[in-house]
Amino acid sequence: MPLKASQLKVGDVHTARLVDDLTRTQIVQYAGASGDYNPLHTDEIFTTKVAGYPSVFAHGMLTMGMTGKMLTDYVGDARLTKYGVRFTSQVFPGDTLDATATVKSVENGVAEFDVKTVNQNGVEVLSGYAAARVDP
Amino acid sequence: MAAKTFPVEASHILMFARSVGDENVVYTDAEAAKATEAGGIIAPPTFVQASAQFDPNYGLRPKIGQPWFGSGKNPTGAVRSGGGGGGGGGGGGLHAEQHYEYHQPLRAGDVLTATTTPGKTWEKEGRRSGKLVFSESVTEYRNQKGELVVTARGVGVRTERPVEQKTEA
Repeated sequence: MPLKASQLKVGDVHTARLVDDLTRTQIVQYAGASGDYNPLHTDEIFTTKVAGYPSVFAHGMLTMGMTGKMLTDYVGDARLTKYGVRFTSQVFPGDTLDATATVKSVENGVAEFDVKTVNQNGVEVLSGYAAARVDP
Repeated sequence: MAAKTFPVEASHILMFARSVGDENVVYTDAEAAKATEAGGIIAPPTFVQASAQFDPNYGLRPKIGQPWFGSGKNPTGAVRSGGGGGGGGGGGGLHAEQHYEYHQPLRAGDVLTATTTPGKTWEKEGRRSGKLVFSESVTEYRNQKGELVVTARGVGVRTERPVEQKTEA
């Protein structure tokens, strides 16, 4: 159900667990669906031996996509007007991610949110904002 | 992303939604989606990233008959010539930022045309990865009626060395 402006207060927080123990297979699934086959995400040998990372890591856009589910579950379908993020740390297989939307403002039928996703160590992996149309 | 035409299909939306762990019926079930406010299958917020599938020159997809830089017999199959950046962590680069503006719902059955323009380029000294070179690109996605559906702004970054990991908050 869409949000109602009358029921939102600045500072309200919505939180959701995005993934528990991220699997390499889900990263492969995202590569296939998105078309981004960068071996850094799915090819352990290339990533450790050539690129110099400790293991494959998730596409930033997978984290943004999963965080998007938290937002659309909260604000309703087809309600987002803006959504933007910075990728602040890498996400690795085995990570558990939690995302938060905090109400920043509610004006003229639009609610604005601060958005943040953290891993199991409390390290921020994504930081951004969103705006959505809300009902009166 | 320089996809000429990007047909937005329900089965592709289903696969994409599953891959981000979202089985909302508005993405996955045509009958149930009819009863929602959206009135039919729509695409999730980051779906236009999958326009890469329709970009003939996309550098992060193996091309038939051409060497691929990922592992096969050897840890890498080709020396890369760089490229990428902007819209989504191109070759050698990482994806630093992504921003979307939604002008109307993106629906299964829409056929999008993407127009990409390069944006700013800037440099920064990074604590965890040496010199960083950022480059921005803006892509407008219009539907079959010529209406603007999504504006996407991507920032790619090329790092001097692999990013060191933060282990504590």
